Formats: sequence, C-alpha cells, structure tokens
Amino acid sequence: MKAASDASMPDTTFLDSTELVLNMGPQHPSTHGVLRVILKLDGEKIMGTDCVIGYLHRGVEKIAENRTWAQFNPYVDRMDYVASVSNGLGYCLVVEKLLNVEAPPRAQVVRVILTELNRIASHLVWLGTHALDIGAITPVFYCFREREEALNIFEKYCGARLTTHAFRIGGLQYETYDGFEQDVKAFCDMFPAKVDEYEELLTGNRIWKGRLTNVGVLTADECKEYGVTGPLLRAAGVKWDLRKAQPYSGYEKYDFEIPTRQNGDTFDRYMVRIAEMRQAVRIIRQAVENIPEGPIMGKVGKVIKPPVGEAYVSIEAPKGELGYYAVSDGSTQPYRVRVRPPSFVNLQALDRMVRGLLVADICAVIGTLDIVLGEVDR
Amino acid sequence: MADEQKPGGSGAPLPAGGEAAKQPPKPSPPKPAAPPPKPPATMAATPWESDLPRELKERFGGQIVETSTYLGQNFIVAKPEAAVPILEYLKLEADFDYLVDITAVDWPKRPERFDLVYIVYSFSRNERVRIKTYIPDGYKPETAVGVHLTANWLEREAFDMFGIEFAGHPDLRRILMPEDWQGYPLRKDYSIIQQDQRWVQENLGIESGQ
Repeated sequence: MKAASDASMPDTTFLDSTELVLNMGPQHPSTHGVLRVILKLDGEKIMGTDCVIGYLHRGVEKIAENRTWAQFNPYVDRMDYVASVSNGLGYCLVVEKLLNVEAPPRAQVVRVILTELNRIASHLVWLGTHALDIGAITPVFYCFREREEALNIFEKYCGARLTTHAFRIGGLQYETYDGFEQDVKAFCDMFPAKVDEYEELLTGNRIWKGRLTNVGVLTADECKEYGVTGPLLRAAGVKWDLRKAQPYSGYEKYDFEIPTRQNGDTFDRYMVRIAEMRQAVRIIRQAVENIPEGPIMGKVGKVIKPPVGEAYVSIEAPKGELGYYAVSDGSTQPYRVRVRPPSFVNLQALDRMVRGLLVADICAVIGTLDIVLGEVDR
Repeated sequence: MADEQKPGGSGAPLPAGGEAAKQPPKPSPPKPAAPPPKPPATMAATPWESDLPRELKERFGGQIVETSTYLGQNFIVAKPEAAVPILEYLKLEADFDYLVDITAVDWPKRPERFDLVYIVYSFSRNERVRIKTYIPDGYKPETAVGVHLTANWLEREAFDMFGIEFAGHPDLRRILMPEDWQGYPLRKDYSIIQQDQRWVQENLGIESGQ
C-alpha cells in the first residue's frame, strides 16, 4: 500500500537542479535535544525530511518489566522531563484503574493543582525556547523567571524541581506543606499579568507574526490523520481536550474553556498555548479555593498486585494525549507498560508541516511542535 | 514472586504468569499467609453489549473472536487478517478517525506469540476501542498505513522493539534502535542487560555498554 504522504511532494522549482541533502542536528540548539533531521532541499525550499531519533532511548518500557509497579513510578518522570508531574499522573491513573481504586478527593485536588502548575511550567519552557529559536531573546528570561516560581512550589512540596515523583499509586505520599495554599494563590495572582507581558512582547510584534503566520499549517483532518493531539489539534479548530472529553482526577468539577483557533498555523498554536496558560490559572484558582479535608492515600496495599488484565488510560499532557497501556499478569511487576507519547506521534507530522517551506522555517516548526526528545525516544 | 500463578503454559487467550526471561528475582520476602495458588487467572472481562459489536459481527462474522469490556474499556479480539479491514470499517462507517496507538505484547509461551493491539478513538462518539489480534512469531500482519498515516511510525516502533514485520509498510526501518542493531529489545527473551556486543564494540569503541 502506498503511503498517502508521498502525494504531497511539492513540485520542483528548478528544472535541472540537483537535490541537496542537508543534515541538521543531532546537536543543534533549535532541535530542543538530540533530534537529527535530514533535509532534502531544492535551493532553500524543503522538499522532504527524514527524522532520525532514538539518541535518548533508554528502554523505559523494558525497565518497567523489571521493576515493581511502584518502583517504576519515578522512571516515567524522565520521559517528558519538563512535564514530569503529568507523566506521573498518567502512570498512577493507569495502575489505579487496574487496581480499580480511586485517589481520595483531597489527593485528586492536589494532583490537579500540581498538574496544572506543571502545564504552565511546560508551556513556559516552550514559549521561551520557541521565541529564542525565532530570534526573540527577551522572552526566555521572562518565562524562566515565572517558571522558577512554579518549580519552587514543587520543591517545597516534594523536594524535587524537575523529576518530581510527586504522586503515588493510590494518592499522594506527602501532605501539603504549611503555606502551600498561600504560595499557589500568590502564583495565581502574579501570573496572569506576566502572561500579558509576554503577549506585549510577542503577539502584536510584526517580526513574530511574520515568522509564524501561515507557517507549518496542519488542518484538522491532517491532525486526525497523523494522530496529532494537544495544542496542535486545538489550533486547527478541533475543540477537544481529554480533560473535558473523558475527565479524570475530578476535572469535570472545574469551570474552564478549551481555547481553539482556526488556521492551524504556528501563530495559532502560540495563541492557543498562551490561552491555555490562562485557563490553567483559572483551574488552579478554583482548586486551591476548596481543597477538601481527608485522607490523601486510597485503599492500596503495601504490595501492589493488580489483578490479571489490561487497561489503557490517557491524560491531557501539555503536549497532547499521553497514554499508558498496562498489562498485568497478576504479579508484583508490570507484564508490559506501553507509553503512548504525544511528542513521538506529533513529531511524525513534521514532514507534512515543513514541505515547501524555507530552511529557516524549520526551526519555527520544530519549536511549535513542542517536542521533548526524552519522550520521543523514551 | 511473579511465578506463583503460572498456569503451566496453557493456551488460554491471556495466560497469566511470569516469564522464563525474567531476571534473577530479587530476594523475595516470604509469602504471607496467602490463599493457595489460584487456577489460571484470566482477565475478568464481560461481554460488550452495544450496537457497534453487533454491527461488526454482522459485517465480519467469524473473523471477530470476541467483543468484551474490562474496567469499562471495550475491546475486540479479531483474527489477524481482519485487523486492517476492521480499522478501515471503523474509520469509514463508525467514525473512529483517530488511531491512538499500535503496540504489541510478547507472550513467548503461547503459540500465537504476540498480542498486536490497535487503539482507536472517535472524536464524534467520544469512544475508545481496542482491537487485539494474536499473531505467531514470523507472521507478517498487513500494514495499517493505508488507513491511518499515524501507523507509519507506530508500526516501525513495533518492528523495532518486537520484530513484527508489517507487510506492505512503505518504510519499515528501525526507528529508536540503531539500524544495524541485532535483536528485538522488548521481547521477553531479551534480557534487560543484553545488548548487541558487536555493535557496541564497533560503534562505541568500548568492550561493553554496561
């Protein structure tokens, strides 16, 4: 069967030009890690790409089969290391699903607060580095300044800033610290004005608009065809967010909107992520206002032994649908844990997005994909 | 630890039990007074009652082995050759337009060694379905790239990790491991510290990567 992607090859511009093959990466600042892209060029026009990945492959899925269910929990933080809380939440949810238990209400609310804070932190890394790729140097300092505030809350809560291992199967390990609510509220009061600052720097900026508008367009149908989810899908006009479509961790209780845009280009994805940061603040505000009292750990035994069976659970990670497919053979170790990483699947659409663009645009497109190579390669 | 409930190599659809390839077990604590070993455990799935499984059974007849629900998640077990036609049918007739994942599970004791699992989702129905097929080692399932473009990299990964070759795939190369690596890491008989010594020596210039 012939792949449909071949049909989209743009026509060559020069009659007797030879195809130029240019290597980009794996050590290239705009690839956000170790991604190698082999570009096929006609002049400055990109005729096709081939992604070489796997430089960060650590065999996370294999490690899972050699650890107990609980021991594997910290490993998932190392996949998408700028959104480790989301990774941990997804893994805890799939094991809880297999065990057929639910985290107690208090744990769920704290989980939502930390996950949304992490969504903001992840989007800030994206915004800073993306702007840096385009040539705007200032935003990265602004973004990392606010990200620091979010990371400080993680650090105070669980002692780690990046690979947090914040959640446990069945709930939480740690109670919130004294002053947690004040810290989170202070962040919520401070942050929206900072988003205005970023927007002031970028949204109306002519260079920013010129570099992003109509670059790397992915329509809604193409997104579905390539399995692309997250902000990329929403920027193409599909109002779909797993937090609304199949709510988990009590997301159905919060009042928030799914920001969407229509054009599906790089600029729209920027606008969607900016709006998502504002919505995340809105969720955190509602959550922190009424954290219920009660236990933080559900009825999970000391030895975690899910019954024989399998489950697929996915969450809306900052980058898209993060899924875990776990198979239990009734023992203390996972029989198989499959991670469905949003970055890996979204990266596949790179070829479609850059064909016909100029070489300089590929940095913008890789930036807008918001990939983390630790998650692509696992 | 893991081997307590081993059913003794039964041909049940989902045999429980650990694997021979498992690492030397860590010193396992003495088992507390647990109930005697249960009979071969299988997934406690219940039949899936809905219009969709009925339509599928009408359309595909005996090629659909089972339609069940476990933990509120629906799945179909189908004959291997029916997987791609089912994906196509679901996409065109039932609006399952988003292929979420393709993956495999290795059961080396079973004659049909691999579970090949497709997960599809429908935006309009907000519904997720898993399609599972059981395939023996060496069987070449048809590629799903003609139905969903997502399948391209997902199948490459399944090939890379399990050695499942997809017939008709436009670009079946390894994706995460080096292209000339020998062995398929996620097979159960591939130990966690195992590696392609020759590759490591030739390419990294060291005796061992571990």
